[in-house]
Amino acid sequence: MIERLAERVNGDPAIVRWGREMHETFMLEVGKTQYLVTVRAGLIERVEKGPFAMRSWRFAIRASEQCWAQFWRSPPAPGWHDLFALLRRGEVKLEGDQRVLWAYLLYLKLALAALRQ
Amino acid sequence: MIEPITGRYAHIALGGRAHRIYYEEAGEGIPLLCLHTAGSDGRQYRAVLNDPEILKNYRVVAFDMPWHGKSSPPALWQRDEPYRLSTDAYTTMVMSVAHELGLERPVVMGCSIGGRIVLHLALEHARELRALIGLQSAAYVERYYDASWMDHAEVHGGRAAGGLAYGLMSPLSPDEHRWETVWHYMQGGPGVFSGDLHFYQVEGDIRSRLDAIDTRQCPLYMLTGEYDYSASPRDTEAAAARIAGAKVTIMQGLGHFPMSENPAAFLGYLRPVLDEIRRR
Repeated sequence: MIERLAERVNGDPAIVRWGREMHETFMLEVGKTQYLVTVRAGLIERVEKGPFAMRSWRFAIRASEQCWAQFWRSPPAPGWHDLFALLRRGEVKLEGDQRVLWAYLLYLKLALAALRQ
Repeated sequence: MIEPITGRYAHIALGGRAHRIYYEEAGEGIPLLCLHTAGSDGRQYRAVLNDPEILKNYRVVAFDMPWHGKSSPPALWQRDEPYRLSTDAYTTMVMSVAHELGLERPVVMGCSIGGRIVLHLALEHARELRALIGLQSAAYVERYYDASWMDHAEVHGGRAAGGLAYGLMSPLSPDEHRWETVWHYMQGGPGVFSGDLHFYQVEGDIRSRLDAIDTRQCPLYMLTGEYDYSASPRDTEAAAARIAGAKVTIMQGLGHFPMSENPAAFLGYLRPVLDEIRRR
């Protein structure tokens, strides 16, 4: 699933434009599996699968496997369709540098939703 | 093609200060005053203002709140404390606009913060109003995110507000209207959206007073989109359960901005409500 992120995002200029100033690595946690996603100028440069030893990241988005399965359904059910919908129901944890997360909120929402089938 | 909407400016004193308020209107008949959501403006009601069926019987008016859309902040705003909406200021604003525009016993329809203020209006001004329509009405929404990030020098407020608004809509709503709605959010001034949310998430909590709303004096309709997670169907139903006579409709496939994100589907829900109000 996550492995397809680069293909889905990089091929869609309507997503890439909102991340064009973004040069960051962030943590995406799907249950016990960790991924480090590196973004360069809005393009997904690298998706690495953990476990990791002492790696840095700017912010982390953590949720259970079941939660992401709901989020990535197409169409998603009400209340499971957006990152902040997951936040309100307490299903996702947003950690680290909140400033950067807010700066690229639209990009991140569109990029994650691009993984829907 | 030219739309039937006309736009004008009204000079109205609010809180002892002069304000230049932009409003749009169309149609003739029963006044229907429309209140936009936090951080946006009256363009959200473009479909209602263009619906021939509604315009036959209603004079539809949508104004931009001060600081929003084409309405300015009061003069010398740069010396003031940062903008923060309060229940009193919002209530006074709605009633003053209705009065100044000569709207006699109007129907007031508001969405989100507007859906909240109609509950306050139901308490304070029921006798002066013909009916109230709350879109995405909730008595209170707890702070589950920190809105102050949208008013930060190192975060683009327009992009962040656009990102926030985007997710509040239904994934089933047409892209064309979802992104029109996002654009309105991207145009908001610094601190205005978060200033509105002070009323929504902190000061405008009406949970303890719901029981006192008397829908025999002024009927109350509550319409909520099923994809809204801010004022969710559960929130609306919880509020309605404490208001005798409140009529709830859950709108399938719609989100937090029903009138703007999917106008055609929304009008399908609104027209029967307006017909019922007209026939009372």
